[in-house]
Amino acid sequence: MKSKLLSVPYLIWMLVFTMIPLVMIAVTAFSDNNGHFSLEALASAFPYTHVFLKSLWIALLSTVLCLVIAYPMAYMVSQMRESTQNVVVMLLMIPMWMNFLLRIYAWVLLLQSGGPLDTLLSAIGIHGSYTNNTAAVIVGMIYEYLPFMFLPIYTVMGKIDKGLVEAAQDLGSNKSEVFRKVIFPLSIPGIISGITMVFVPSASTFVVAQYLGGTDDIMIGDIIDRIFFTNNHVGAAISLILMIFILIFLVLMNRFGDEEAIV
Amino acid sequence: MKKALTVVLCISMLGSFASLFAGCSKTDAGEVNVYNWGDYAAEGQYGLMNVIDEFEKETGIKVNYTSYETNEDLYNMLKNSNVSYDVVVPSDYMISKMIKEGMLLEINYDNIPNYQYINNRFKHLDCDPENKYTVVYQWGVTALVYDKTKVKNKPTNWDVLWDENLKGDILMFNNSRDAMAIAMQTLGITPSTCTKEDIDKASEKLRVQKPLLKKYVMDQVFTEMETSQSTIAPYYAGDIAMMMEENEDLDYCLPDYGSNLFYDAMCIPTCSKNKENAEKFINFMQKPEIAAENCKYLRYGCPNDEAIKLLDDEIRNNELTLPSEEYLDKCYVFGNLDPELYEYMQEQFVNIQAE
Repeated sequence: MKSKLLSVPYLIWMLVFTMIPLVMIAVTAFSDNNGHFSLEALASAFPYTHVFLKSLWIALLSTVLCLVIAYPMAYMVSQMRESTQNVVVMLLMIPMWMNFLLRIYAWVLLLQSGGPLDTLLSAIGIHGSYTNNTAAVIVGMIYEYLPFMFLPIYTVMGKIDKGLVEAAQDLGSNKSEVFRKVIFPLSIPGIISGITMVFVPSASTFVVAQYLGGTDDIMIGDIIDRIFFTNNHVGAAISLILMIFILIFLVLMNRFGDEEAIV
Repeated sequence: MKKALTVVLCISMLGSFASLFAGCSKTDAGEVNVYNWGDYAAEGQYGLMNVIDEFEKETGIKVNYTSYETNEDLYNMLKNSNVSYDVVVPSDYMISKMIKEGMLLEINYDNIPNYQYINNRFKHLDCDPENKYTVVYQWGVTALVYDKTKVKNKPTNWDVLWDENLKGDILMFNNSRDAMAIAMQTLGITPSTCTKEDIDKASEKLRVQKPLLKKYVMDQVFTEMETSQSTIAPYYAGDIAMMMEENEDLDYCLPDYGSNLFYDAMCIPTCSKNKENAEKFINFMQKPEIAAENCKYLRYGCPNDEAIKLLDDEIRNNELTLPSEEYLDKCYVFGNLDPELYEYMQEQFVNIQAE
């Protein structure tokens, strides 16, 4: 009884700040300027299908690359002495204290022609600009979201019972078998939440492509931003479609991870 | 002890939360809520006067100064939320939209004696023909900035933004109105009286340009041009004056057939609760010393004739800050851009970028 009472503020919070806005987006998406029911806005969202697909593709690629980088990193860090672990995790987190835009801006300066990377590569005769393309956008996204992949995996790995590793070793497993049969399966929940935490925000991100991409790199988040300037209905319709895509993704992840993914 | 601390913290948090709401509704007689563009007044930068502090000192009225980034942010804020602002600074086309929707109060010009200093060109604006709602704050034109070490032939108009030889080094406005207007001018269409068909033609022109571009930019143009990353860009003339101070290789061009003359004017929205203070503030901003100080910082056009007399020759003679009367006569104004047409423009521009 008591716990029910305690949950009331959270329920009200969710109602006011999650459910009502969601309903408002849906209502806006399905109405026209006069407030009548209309599918026009939804139809106007269709020309942006390829931007949708490109955004999802960029998000997917960033997520996979984040995983490839973060997983071994998390494993190595979890094997260190505890005091070293704290320092390393701290160092990984410090950039996050800085404003997101500043960090993206720093990448623009790093990658532009005449920037540090260009200067370095010019020494061996390669000259050019490395910004204003899709690869630069992905680099920016990986940098932005890497901690969100690293942290859940690292936390899960830290919790793996050392006894299980020892038991496997006692039963004759070599290093790679210990990893394959003990550590990897037990770290799956971390991977799942890491993927969710990277994919969802990167699919809907904006500004990153505006700063690091070229004229062809516009993401669905930027389109929503732009459309909301003059037309709330089409903006809401695109947002709604994006939400449905993300929902489908989360449901799939949930299936895949035996209810361990966070939704 | 710990518990007591927690309680204290909770109460103070609730308190600050409550005051957050109170801040929106409570209006003292001694306050004025000003909602201006970001970084759009001299506030003590480069050793200049802080005009907001100065107003507070002189009148004792407290200024609650907040800022926005686009006309649309301002419009949505006034339209959709229960706020109270006393002074807002919309641009030309947005003023006409707000007047049509009854969002502005008529100004009592008797309370703004400094209005006499405003140049006649900036009275009876296209968006406010009866001159009831507006006091122009700043104005400007669009122009070209280019790197003279890389652009061999001195450009004379926007055509250079379609020059194949500069492929990959051209920047373009990431703003539908300005981008479309430039395309229309190259096609001989007058942007201020454009139709849907004109927008379609301009869109085609912009599609041709897209492969030649490096990027669509707004504020990023500053670093791009100041550090010679890009070769040529259209932008607001006052800002070009600033860029040229940072990079000696830069030069400018005012298109020979004129360009977009834009202005932002101080207005009083209907949600105002301190109309008299708002008028005092608007009047103060047009005091010649104050208007001159703002012009020194912003480098946009100053509508106040007395203030211009107070400027150094260097600023007064700069064509980017104060283009000649003859040039301004050639310019067009988006005074009455039909909202539906603007929506179409925005949609087409997004489509070009999305392709």
